[in-house]
Amino acid sequence: MIKKVFIVFVSILVIVWFLTPVVLIVLASLTPSEDYYNQNRILPRKLTLDHLYKLFVVLNGWRATLNSLQVAGMAIGLSFLTGLPAGYVLTRYVFPGKNAIRLSILLTRSFPTLIIAVPLIMIYLKLGISDTLFSVALAHTSFILPFVVLITTSILSGISVEYEEAGMIFGLSRFGAFMRITLPLALPGLAASAIFAFIMSWNEVFISSILTFVNRTLPAQILNTAMTSPDYFKFAAGTIMAIPAMTFIFFTRKYLMSMWGISLK
Amino acid sequence: MARVKIENLKKYFGNVKALNGIDIEIKDGKFVVLLGPSGCGKTTLLRCISGLEKVTDGKIFFDSVEVTNLSPRNRNVSMVFQSYAVWPHMKVYENIAYPMRIKGYDKDKIKEKVVWAADTLNISELLNRYPAQLSGGQRQRVAVARAIVLEPAVLLMDEPLSNLDALLRVSMRSELKKLQERIGTTTIYVTHDQVEAMTMGDEIAVMHNGVIQQFGTPEDIYHRPANIFVAGFIGSPQMNFLEVEVIRKDNVLFLRNEDLSIKLPKDLAEKIENDDNKKLILGIRPEDIHKEKDKESTEFEAIEGKVYFTERLGSDTIVHLDFKGIRIVSKLPGDVKIKEGENLKMYMDLGKVHLFSTVDGKALI
Amino acid sequence: MTYRKDAFPYLILLPTIVYLIAFLGYPLIQTFILAFTSESGTFGNFQRLMDTGDFWKALKNTILITGIIVPLQLVLAIALALFVNMRFKGYSLILYIISIPLALSDVSAALMSYNIFAPTGYLNKILLKLGVLDRPLYFFGYMFQNREFWIIVLTEVWRATPLVFVIILAGLQSINKEYLEAADVFGFSNWQKLRKIILPLLKPSIMSALLIRTLFAFQIFGVVWLLAGRDILILAGEAYYWHNNVNDPHMSSAYAIVIASVSLAISWFYISILRSKELEGGQK
Repeated sequence: MIKKVFIVFVSILVIVWFLTPVVLIVLASLTPSEDYYNQNRILPRKLTLDHLYKLFVVLNGWRATLNSLQVAGMAIGLSFLTGLPAGYVLTRYVFPGKNAIRLSILLTRSFPTLIIAVPLIMIYLKLGISDTLFSVALAHTSFILPFVVLITTSILSGISVEYEEAGMIFGLSRFGAFMRITLPLALPGLAASAIFAFIMSWNEVFISSILTFVNRTLPAQILNTAMTSPDYFKFAAGTIMAIPAMTFIFFTRKYLMSMWGISLK
Repeated sequence: MARVKIENLKKYFGNVKALNGIDIEIKDGKFVVLLGPSGCGKTTLLRCISGLEKVTDGKIFFDSVEVTNLSPRNRNVSMVFQSYAVWPHMKVYENIAYPMRIKGYDKDKIKEKVVWAADTLNISELLNRYPAQLSGGQRQRVAVARAIVLEPAVLLMDEPLSNLDALLRVSMRSELKKLQERIGTTTIYVTHDQVEAMTMGDEIAVMHNGVIQQFGTPEDIYHRPANIFVAGFIGSPQMNFLEVEVIRKDNVLFLRNEDLSIKLPKDLAEKIENDDNKKLILGIRPEDIHKEKDKESTEFEAIEGKVYFTERLGSDTIVHLDFKGIRIVSKLPGDVKIKEGENLKMYMDLGKVHLFSTVDGKALI
Repeated sequence: MTYRKDAFPYLILLPTIVYLIAFLGYPLIQTFILAFTSESGTFGNFQRLMDTGDFWKALKNTILITGIIVPLQLVLAIALALFVNMRFKGYSLILYIISIPLALSDVSAALMSYNIFAPTGYLNKILLKLGVLDRPLYFFGYMFQNREFWIIVLTEVWRATPLVFVIILAGLQSINKEYLEAADVFGFSNWQKLRKIILPLLKPSIMSALLIRTLFAFQIFGVVWLLAGRDILILAGEAYYWHNNVNDPHMSSAYAIVIASVSLAISWFYISILRSKELEGGQK
């Protein structure tokens, strides 16, 4: 009984502590400006989509959002295209130097990414892709790719190699067995890691704001304009950033522990 | 169905020689067991035959066709895996049908074959289920059904019974064996369980250190082990081994050591005629050491010692005898009356004695 | 697993390796070159950096923030992990709620915090309404650096505790239940179980959580930049400032090198502690 009360009490505490800021920013982004600036009004009289609309449509927030989506999409595509085969090879084969390669990929994770931002601009200037979304995607790939390699290694090693070998025995090529047997089995895990990769890119702000001036991603845009715009726009922006990430993480919560375990290694 | 012939097959993993020159010929339609302790190379050999593993050197033939460098799908083999490898994202029907779908069979033919295979393995009611809804034994049956449905040239099985519980394992043994007899497919079966090997195999290849130690019928392997490894590996409890020297006295051969002097019967003596003064290893199975001289025809050698320990298994009693510091194990009937600590005289049946060279372990008789 | 001695695995790995060398290795070298070239010699940038009071303030603040938030987060995370690990009904919902900040960027976390503590924010509104205050309390602005500092600490604790929590919880879940059952058999109290069994077994998780959090805390940027701008100087913020506002990539790179070296020193420190502890264990 005492235990039950304790659990309920702590649960409420945890929920209040972690959810209040989220609920309040959503509320603030829906509050009409006159209610927001009225010190006597805690709860708004009515809710409005005005700020979200203005931020999105009038202030070109949709451009920044679209930019963010494009950057994340390109970074995820690039990372999986190169990282998935790499993860496969690291799981399914034994070869000299394998551990050294795996370890060096692991090491890049403890690398402060902000220190590569400045030289990247010069490289991009030389390549003629400075201030483009593609250039940001390339930079994001440099920290998403190691994550993808490590996470696919862990996902694939959880799928018995015998499924794939059975496929090869019963008429498939190695590639065919991977595509038709292993890939479908790995798909839920790979989808979850793609979502995590998306969140990594979606949230990254330092590199994005150094690399771009015109084509800014959403967080970079907010970082550089937020402090000069009215408060309710800030909160609308915060809401727009938070909601997709929260929703995605809800659908992948089953994988939470393994993903963060890998992404932090 | 095919005859499998393997010539001087080698497989190295870096510096590890997993297979070190395998030569074997498996006749069409036989059930052959690859038996050996873990790490002996038996699974590697099976995987080389399947094509899942590339060989370092040597050749593999199915009938007269060389398959050494063919990929698995072009060999017309099928396999039952240790973990069954029943694809979890397909229903049982799909699992059995999939190999035929890949090969482009038409729908009716597939259905007919799946029904036949499912019927053969008694899993007709399970066709609509996912593997996750099946027990281990049922999954095993699905794996076997999938393996036989294409009527492969060679059927490979990698310790298929090792994940089943003891009772089910015994009944599956006879069922698999009967199934193989019915469909007549050449079958190569890997196991580390000698009882499985003895009961199922038409022939057994005992492997150790990447080499086939002996290839023969269960009878051969048990009664005429080719070397000391096979003699020691097959049989439970293990064969007793004693180091002895061949001594000739008045033209009669004796096997002697500090504690023992055995006068060799004539037929035995003839076989080691020229081995005077050589050291040998004498081997005798526990069941060939008796409490009484119950047979008149053969000759016996008596040993006397203290009963150190007895294991009463019900049907048998295993007696550990302390014979002048050497532990001699004997298998006696279950109802034998022996107390630990008592002195006991026992008789080795000299007609069942094995002799091995101390140099290379090869059997001399 | 298949053993391959041919080039196949390397060919497949090649794009990944080339990419990481091109986009991590090469820029890293460039950062060094930038940091060590200036009109006044190899160490000119670092000389200049140390001559400014800003650098020392930034270093002090970064260390201070790290030193305060990391232990706080650790204690909170252990408590939360122990709680969730009780596996009561509905614990997975609590697990999700705790993990929400993991999905949020530092930018949105900072905005959430600003929403609460702004002059017209919810805290002020509520306190005014309740009559605790008669005019709003200011948390932001150069004059209120002290308050800003604590808001930043609070925001970081809110945002990044779940990170530590996830690592600790994973460690907790990997503890063999039989150890605890054995403790029950021998009549350990809950407190004794925590002190004598759980915490010692949790040490590797705690160490890696500390390592990761310290590294990340040392790179703190978004929250500070949004909430305090340059009122509170921090190392990453200065790197950003020198690049975007002063247009001096050399100084910016010098700051980056400082962050990287301190990070490296921290990692080395933690890893050597871990290593020596393992050796002790081995000798027993």
